[in-house]
Formats: sequence, C-alpha cells, structure tokens
Amino acid sequence: MTSTLTPPRTTTQAIISARPERRRAAGRRRGSITDRLLLWIPLAFALLFTLVPFYWMLLFAFRPSGSTALFPWPITFDHFAKVWTGGGFGTFFLNSVYVALASLAISIVVGLMGGYALARYSFRGKGAFLLVMLCTQFVPGAMLLIPLFQIFNGIGLTNSLWSLIIGDSVFQLPLSLVLMVGFIRNVPIDIEEAAWIDGCSRLRAFVAVVLPLLRPGIVAVGSFAFISAWNNFLLAVMFISSQDKFTLPVGLSYLIGEFGTDFGALAAGGVIAVVPVVLIFAFVQRFLVQGLSAGAVKG
Amino acid sequence: MTITATHLGRRARRRSAHWHPYALIAPAALLVAVFLVYPVASVFYYSLQTYNVTMPLYNGFVGFGNFVEIFHDEKFWNSLAFTFKWVVVEIALQFVFGLILALLINQAFKGRGLVRSLVFTPWAVAGILTTTIWLLIYNPTTGVGRYLADMGLIPYGTSLLSGEGTAFWAAVLAELWKGAPFFAILILADLQSVPAELYESAEMDGAGRIRKFLSITWPHIRLAVVIATLLRAVWEFNNVDLLYTLTGGGPAGSTTTLPLYVAQTAIYDRDFGYGSALTVIAFILLIIFTVVYLRMNRFGKDD
Repeated sequence: MTSTLTPPRTTTQAIISARPERRRAAGRRRGSITDRLLLWIPLAFALLFTLVPFYWMLLFAFRPSGSTALFPWPITFDHFAKVWTGGGFGTFFLNSVYVALASLAISIVVGLMGGYALARYSFRGKGAFLLVMLCTQFVPGAMLLIPLFQIFNGIGLTNSLWSLIIGDSVFQLPLSLVLMVGFIRNVPIDIEEAAWIDGCSRLRAFVAVVLPLLRPGIVAVGSFAFISAWNNFLLAVMFISSQDKFTLPVGLSYLIGEFGTDFGALAAGGVIAVVPVVLIFAFVQRFLVQGLSAGAVKG
Repeated sequence: MTITATHLGRRARRRSAHWHPYALIAPAALLVAVFLVYPVASVFYYSLQTYNVTMPLYNGFVGFGNFVEIFHDEKFWNSLAFTFKWVVVEIALQFVFGLILALLINQAFKGRGLVRSLVFTPWAVAGILTTTIWLLIYNPTTGVGRYLADMGLIPYGTSLLSGEGTAFWAAVLAELWKGAPFFAILILADLQSVPAELYESAEMDGAGRIRKFLSITWPHIRLAVVIATLLRAVWEFNNVDLLYTLTGGGPAGSTTTLPLYVAQTAIYDRDFGYGSALTVIAFILLIIFTVVYLRMNRFGKDD
C-alpha cells in the first residue's frame, strides 16, 4: 500500500483506538468532560469520514474545470448545464423518476395486501411462502440477469422502462413485506374488531381505521422502494439499450466510461443523481430504525 | 422462521371467507413465482446446457460439461479466492465501525437526530454513486493524490485504482463508507430496546463501561449482530455494482468476485450456459455458508 491512503487510515485508526472507552449505550443527559470528549471526538471523525466525500463531489461539481481550489469559488453551473442538456441527464432524470415512482406504487399496494394477509391471517401455504421469500435473499441481482433477460425478451419488455419497474419491485418485495408485516402487527387487532362490531366490513375497517395508522409504514416501504429503484444499475445496464431510455445510473456509468476526461461533468451528474435519494433518506431514516425494531429482524 | 399466532376472535373468523388471505397474497406470490422462482429454476436448467446467444448453432444439452470446464477455469478459482477475501475484510471492518457508530449515536446528546441522518446517508447512496464519488477522490489528476503529490509525498500521476495492492484497499474503503451505516442502523434498532434500568442497576453495582457492554449490551444485541453480519455477507458476496464500475474487476482481474465474473459472462460474452453454471455454484456456496454460520452461532438454540 502506498502512503496515499494515509489520511483515511488515520481517521479509522483514531476511531479504533478510542473504541474500548466509549462503550456505553444508554446515556445520561449530562456527562462529565471525559464522557463528552469520548462521544464527540470519535463522532467528529465519523462525520468527517461520511461528509468529506460528499463535499468533494459538490466541490468538483461547482468549481470551474482546471481549478484546484478547495472551495468552489468562483462558483459555476457550467457542468450542470453541460450534463443536463448535452449529456442527456434531463431525460435520464425523468426516466429515473418514472421508474422509481411506479416501483414505489407497486411496492406499497402489493406490500399492503400481502403484509395484511401475513400479519392477520393464518392460512395453508403461509410457511412455504415465507420460506421461499427467505431463500430468495440468497439469489439477488447478478445471478438473475440471464433468466430475467429471457423472460422480458419473451414478453417483449426488453428496452422498456417496465422491465426495470417490475424487476425493482420484485427485488424489493421481501423487504416491503417484512416491513409492512411489522407495522401492521403493531396496530392492535382490538381497534379493527371494534370497527367490525360497529358493522364495518373487513375492507371498510381496514381503510377507515388501520390505514391511517399505517402511514409511517407506507412512507417507509414506499421510500425504500423508491430509493432502491432509483439506485438500480445492473438491471438497467442489462435491459436498456437505447439512450433515450437510460436511467441516471446508466448515464453515470457512461460518464465514468469516458475515464479521465471530465470530472466536473461526472461530479455534476453525481449530484443530480444523489440529491433526491439523500433528501428522501434524511426524511425517512427514523422510520427505518422504527420498522426494524417493529419486529422485522426477529421475523 | 416463526409466525406469530393471529389473534382473531370467533367474530372475526366468521367475517372473513377462507379465500381472503389467498386473494391478498396473490399479487406478491405471482410476482415472486414469475420473476424470482422461475428464473432461479431456469438457472439450474441452463447450467446443464451450452447456451450462447451469439453462437446459437452450438446450443444444446451438455450435462455437467460446464461444471467440468469451471473446475479447470483459473479465473473461477481466482475470483472465488478474491470473493472470500473481499467479504471477510469488508464484513469485519463494517461490523467494527458500524457497532461503534451505533453505540455513539445511541447516546443522548443535543443534535442527535441531525447526526443520525448525516451518518446514515451513505447507506442510501447507490453503488454507482459511491463509485462516482470515490473516483473523484482517487483520480490521479485532480483527486487526493494530486494534493499529496503537491506536498511531495507521492509521485504525480499515481493511480490508486491501477495498482494491484492499492486497488483492493481503495475499493474496500469506498465500500466501507457505504456499508458501515447499514450495521449501525440494524444494531441501533436493537440497542434502543435495551431497558435503561439494567444500566442503572449495573452502575449502582459499580460496573464500568466495558463491564456494562460485555454483560448487558452485547448479550442483548448478539442476535441482531448474527443476522446483520449474515445479511451483509450475503449482500457483499452478491453485490457487483461497486466493483463493476470502480475497478471493473481489474487490474488484471485481481478484484473480480464470483458474481462479478457471472455478470461479465452474462453482459459481455452472452454465454448464458456457463454463466448459469457459475451461478449455481455461487448459490450452493452461499447456502452452505449460511447453514454453517448459523450453526456456528447456535442460532435459535438459546434466548
């Protein structure tokens, strides 16, 4: 290893060396100075390690080509103009939005239906279904490229955004179901039973009483479906051949392909692709922790 | 996998016809059957065939011919060895940093919500975006290397991604950046359910930080750690986005994992028979690994 890797390694070493002292989980609100140092010094390193790469991309996206300044001044939007119109990122962006929103809708509807069945009924074949779901976790992405290509070829969906929408929704389905089951189980059955006693049908009771309480679950499932569809690269690179149907990840891979040419444009493309997911994620990350606590992991 | 008993009263059962659950699960089951189960089955089928889209004349049943060929394929053995190295190094590092991160942000402090959102962010960033970001950092002309060269530490034009030793660690660091938050999220979900009274009474008994971690925190999160490391190992094994785009499996095939080799066979060579046989081997290895790992951790036997 050359000395080029030194700065990141020092960061990580500092975190490691500070490790044993910091192991305490439930904190009191006010600690001693030592407590605070033991919290904030490693936290500062973690934040630096997380945020500097993002800053680096923003820096490249907003500073003129050829500049080596560490602050993007004078600021320029040339790189964005270049990739958005000339590079086709405007089209890629819309394609990505379309794929991600459709995948979000499918994941929520299928997840709500399947999740309700798994959480509220016991039926023959449920165990088998759950077992198949678990097994599918061992055969993702790259493995299924070949047969999926043939299926989509057979039904005439290659080079169609719908191949991505279906593929993304299916890959996301196990997580969608697991999260939804957790959230539905957290809604007490008594509430539903009370509505039935009042004469509601099962569907009516679900829509009127359960659905409003499931809002965090719907937000979580939808957001994760959106993020994963937005991010999917392998399906898109395999199934989409014409440039007007590229999604952002494929567009980026072509910018990367032009290696060593235009890092400003690459950074601008990266910013366009990363900003939506980061904003959505910042908004939903608490639902993720909540959803996993709701019993997903304990299955 | 346990299924929680459903608490339906007699009234509820009368209200729902027996076909309801099947109708509700049908869309999910249909999608899974057509787009997951059938493809997996066909991978097994094609592994016994010669099937190359570019050379249709030679297509046909070859029995275990593909597997025999794989056995003599040096690229396969190299990719297998690298897969092992990649998964072990990544999981070890991601686990250590994820655990530290989770313990840090589980403490009460001002601005915790903001810090959490910030440190979790890389998890949501796609493999190809991770590549984009780290390419900007690693590139020799305007990246970190340039600034180091300006300081006279390394020669100008040193490319981290084209040296065999440095390419590995460059990829490891990029993947660590993206992967550690995953562990932190899973572990944090469990940390939050540790009753605070346990720590309070332990403190009364004079337990220090390490003692509290070993006697209270660790036993409580052990199960989540076993599951998180397993899920992540499977994911790291299977995921090819980052290596495919960051190093392209190079230099000279030195960072090609088995699934990346599969993807290359599928995307470039269109050799579906050989690719399927490689996939079958990868699948079997993963199943064996999972069973052994869960046995080793005596999963489901205590608690």
